Amino acid sequence: MIRINDVSKVFKTKAASINAVQNVELNIEQGEIFGIIGYSGAGKSTLIRLLNLLEVPSSGFIKIADYDMMTLRGKELRKARQEISMIFQHFNLLWSRTVRQNIAYPLEIAGVSSAKRKERVDELIKLVGLEGRGDAYPSQLSGGQKQRVGIARALANNPKVLLCDEATSALDPKTTSQILDLLYDINQKLGLTIVLITHEMHVIHKICGRVAVMEDGKVVEQGAVLDVFRNPSEEITRAFVKQITENDESLEVIEDQLDDANGTVVKLTFVGERTEKPFVSELIRNVDIDVNILQGNIARTKDGSYGTLFISLEGSEDKVKAALAFLENHEVQAEVITHG
Amino acid sequence: MDEGFLSNVNWDNMLEATWETVYMSSIAIVFTFILGIALGLLLFLTSRNQLWSNPVINWFTAAFVNIFRSIPFIILIILLIPFTVAILNTMLGPQAALPALIIGAAPFYARLVEIGLREVDKGVIEAARSMGSNQFQIIFKVLLPESMPALISGITVTSIALVGYTAMAGVIGAGGLGDLAYRDGFQRNNAEVTLVATVITLVIVFIFQGIGDVLTRKLDKR
Repeated sequence: MIRINDVSKVFKTKAASINAVQNVELNIEQGEIFGIIGYSGAGKSTLIRLLNLLEVPSSGFIKIADYDMMTLRGKELRKARQEISMIFQHFNLLWSRTVRQNIAYPLEIAGVSSAKRKERVDELIKLVGLEGRGDAYPSQLSGGQKQRVGIARALANNPKVLLCDEATSALDPKTTSQILDLLYDINQKLGLTIVLITHEMHVIHKICGRVAVMEDGKVVEQGAVLDVFRNPSEEITRAFVKQITENDESLEVIEDQLDDANGTVVKLTFVGERTEKPFVSELIRNVDIDVNILQGNIARTKDGSYGTLFISLEGSEDKVKAALAFLENHEVQAEVITHG
Repeated sequence: MDEGFLSNVNWDNMLEATWETVYMSSIAIVFTFILGIALGLLLFLTSRNQLWSNPVINWFTAAFVNIFRSIPFIILIILLIPFTVAILNTMLGPQAALPALIIGAAPFYARLVEIGLREVDKGVIEAARSMGSNQFQIIFKVLLPESMPALISGITVTSIALVGYTAMAGVIGAGGLGDLAYRDGFQRNNAEVTLVATVITLVIVFIFQGIGDVLTRKLDKR
C-alpha cells in the first residue's frame, strides 16, 4: 500500500543543513496499522509529512496506493491528498465552524453536492460517536471529542490511508484509550491502512501490528510489535519497551528488595501464550524451591501479551540452577538481577 | 443672534452635514474593508514561509503600505487632488473625499488584517492542505473565516479613524460635520454649531463601535 524507498529530507538553514530524515525504507501493507515510534526530534513528524507531501522529500521514492507521490503536482496532488488523510495532535479544527461544518469541509473541497454532504456528515457523526453534538463549536468540546471530529473529517472522502500525527499525545490516558479503540474499529470495519507516529509505547502495543523505531532521522529497527518486544536489538528500543513493562517505581522497589532478599532475584520475560500458563506453580512442583513474587506486569498487545515478573528464588545453589534451567526449557527468558 | 440655547443652529444644514459624514464614512469603510483585506492578504501570503512566499512583492507591498500610512491625512488629500479629478472629474463634495479617505485608511487597515491573519493557527492551514484544498479555498474557507473577528474589530478601529478623516476632508470642500463646524462654528464664531457637530460625531462613532463590538462577539466562537 505504501512503499518508501531511500527517502531523505534535508532542511537547509543559513547556519547548517539538518538531516531530518535519512534513507528511510518502509513497506506498509494494505489494511495494517503501522506505528512509528521515536523521541521528539527523531524525525518522525517530518517523515509522516513526507508521505502526503506537506513536506517535499529531498530525495527518494514514495508510492501510496497507485500514486507515485514525487511526480504529483497541483491538481493531481490535491486529488491524491483526498485519499491520504491526516489527523493531528492538536486536532486543527476550524473554530469558526460547527462540528458538522468541520466534517463537511473536505466534502466541500471534493465538490460533493450539499444534499450528499449532509447525508455523509450524518453517517460520520454516528461512526465516531458524536450524535447530538453536530451543532456545537469545537471550543465547546472536550479533547477526545475534538479528535473524534478530526477523525470524522479525515474519513469523509473515504481515504485509503490515514496518517496519525501524535493523535493521542494531547489526551489523557482514558481518552487516549477510547480514541485508539475507535481507530482500531475503523481499521477493522473499513480496512483502512493506518500509519501512526507516537512517542508512547503503549499506543504501539495497543493497536499496531508492526512498528518502526526512529532515532536521529533513521529507522533503526522495525518488525512485528511482538517480535520487537521480545528481542529489542537497539538500546533505544529497549528503552521504549521498558516504558510499559517497568516503571521507575517498580525498579526502585526491586532495588530495595535486592538488599534484604535472601534468595536470587530473577527477572522473567514472557511473550504470547506463555503469559497464560501457570509456570510458577509448575516450577515449584518440579524443582522444589521457594518462590517469592516481588513484582509483576503484563502488557497486552494486539497479537498477544508481553509480561515481566520479578521473583526471588530461595533455596540451595543447585536448586536455583535447576530452577533457571527449568525456566529456560519452558521458553521463559530469565535474567538474574544483581546490584548494578 | 437669537436668544435661547441652540437657537443659532440651522438644523437643515446640520442634518445635511450629518448625512454627508455618514455617507463618506460608510462608503469609505466598505472600500477600505475590501482593499485593506486584499493588501493584508498580499502582505501575509508573500511573507516568509507562507503560501506565496515572495520577498520582492512583499517588500513593495510593505513599502506602499508604510508610505501611505505615514503621510499625514491632510497632506494626502492635497496630494491626491489630481488623482481625484482624473477619476471623478471634480474635487468638490463628499464623493471627492472618497479616494483620499480610502487610500489613507486601507494601508492602515491592511496592517491590522496582516496581524489578524498571522493569528490563524498554522496547524489549521496545514490540515486544510492535507485535505487537498487549493489556495483559493485556503484563503476563502480558512484564512478569512478564521480571522474574521480580528478583521471586524480592525475595521471598527479603522472606521473611527475614518470618521475623523472625514472632518479633515472638509478643507477640500467635501462637506460633512467637520466642514460645518469649521465654517459655521469657527469662522462665524458660532460655538453652538461646533458643540452640536461634536455631539453628533460622537454619536456616529459610538454607533460604529457598538456595531463592531456586537459583530465581533457574535463571530468569535473560540
